[in-house]
Amino acid sequence: MTEPLYELDDVRKQYNGRSVLQIPHLTIQQGEILALVGPSGAGKSTLLRLLNFLEPPSNGRIQFHNTPFSASQPMPLSLRRKVTTVFQRPYLLNRSVEANIQYGLRLRGRRNEQVQIDAALQQVGLQKMARQRARTLSGGEAQRVALARAIVLQPDVLLLDEPTANLDPYNIGIIEQIIRQLNEGTGATMVLVTHNVFQAKRLAHRVALLLDGRIVEIAATDMFFHNPTDPRTKAFVAGDMIY
Amino acid sequence: MNQLWQGLLQAIELIFAHDPALWEVMQLSLRVTGVALVLSTLIGIPIGALMGLSRFYGRSLLMVFLYTGMGFPPVVIGLFVYLLLSRSGPLGGLESDLIPALFTPGAMIIAQTIIAFPLVAGFTMAAVMGVDPNIRQQVRALGATRWQTTLAVLTEARVGVLVSVIAGFGGIISEVGAVMLVGGNIDHKTRVLTTAIVLETRKGNFDLAIALGIILLGLSFLANLLMLQLQGRTTYD
Repeated sequence: MTEPLYELDDVRKQYNGRSVLQIPHLTIQQGEILALVGPSGAGKSTLLRLLNFLEPPSNGRIQFHNTPFSASQPMPLSLRRKVTTVFQRPYLLNRSVEANIQYGLRLRGRRNEQVQIDAALQQVGLQKMARQRARTLSGGEAQRVALARAIVLQPDVLLLDEPTANLDPYNIGIIEQIIRQLNEGTGATMVLVTHNVFQAKRLAHRVALLLDGRIVEIAATDMFFHNPTDPRTKAFVAGDMIY
Repeated sequence: MNQLWQGLLQAIELIFAHDPALWEVMQLSLRVTGVALVLSTLIGIPIGALMGLSRFYGRSLLMVFLYTGMGFPPVVIGLFVYLLLSRSGPLGGLESDLIPALFTPGAMIIAQTIIAFPLVAGFTMAAVMGVDPNIRQQVRALGATRWQTTLAVLTEARVGVLVSVIAGFGGIISEVGAVMLVGGNIDHKTRVLTTAIVLETRKGNFDLAIALGIILLGLSFLANLLMLQLQGRTTYD
């Protein structure tokens, strides 16, 4: 058993008094790919924002690398920078593809890292587009730039918020391959939000079903799909869940 | 029409004659407006960014003040600065070396800064508010500090921010009421292009007034050209 990277205790998140997330306990292991599935509005993206320390929980505490993060304890910058997110709709800066990939490095004061930038470009297959304006790219290419600017940082944790939603099979294939390579190559921990159960099956070590801000079931991928315990998971896996 | 034509000819003549009096007036115009513009940019952009990016108590009221400031009659600002700096006024009475006296370029710079900074702040705020709000979350996720996030938003809004500076410049290079009041249009001391135009028109020297007007237009055109040139270098669109 590897050491838990994240440990969540009694975490709640509320917006304007409305509870959107309630997790009594959750651990995320170092090096695993955890998939979060569930209908829209179940709290999946909210959980990712908390895991990236973009907003604090309303209650409770998140431990990351044994450092607490809560409403009163911000995560130190050096640890916050070990985590990054690839969003469903990436916002690319109005600059070149290369400048976008370089951006996160520059934030960290790292300027002369052309080798890493070229490697990231190559990994996502965009080396020929390095000088192109990021705003002129197609959806799939833009998402690959977003992935490249995340992996060039060599994060300990990569959070992926529906990274392949609305993409064509070709781009989905490239992105899934990069996710797998990165996890196997660098041991990066990943939390993947997806609507695609097949993608969860293909990539994840563990899968969690979220409904109304609560984790209904979390289990190893095989167990989750073939031997779920909760009737709601059964319905979800069978495709009978209406949402 | 004839007068305009003669004015144009005289303007060309004046420019190439290297008339020291004209040179002095032009230089002071550019110096006063230039310094006031730098100050307004330094004050206006942070205020605009703050108001565009954060939500705080009293922000709406502050926005109303800012919008009012953008349309404030310059001559009223001139009057206000005049009263502040006059010897019986609250600042003039202090007789401090740090506070410029009335009828000096320093007083003109203060008045023009007060005219221009709401323009810079207001347009910067609008530009910043027009940037996709997703950017803040996404650059933070890439590891940006609060300051780096603000800088990223300003950089994305760079075209609008530059327009705010251009608007500030336009608001003061052609301004006459305030500089007349607090500067006094004193020869060799506080005479600028706009106040010189008023004076020459009153004296009936229409040719010279038109010539000065054309020079003022030309300077404004060149300054805007320069700023647009800078914008072209920083943007793709």
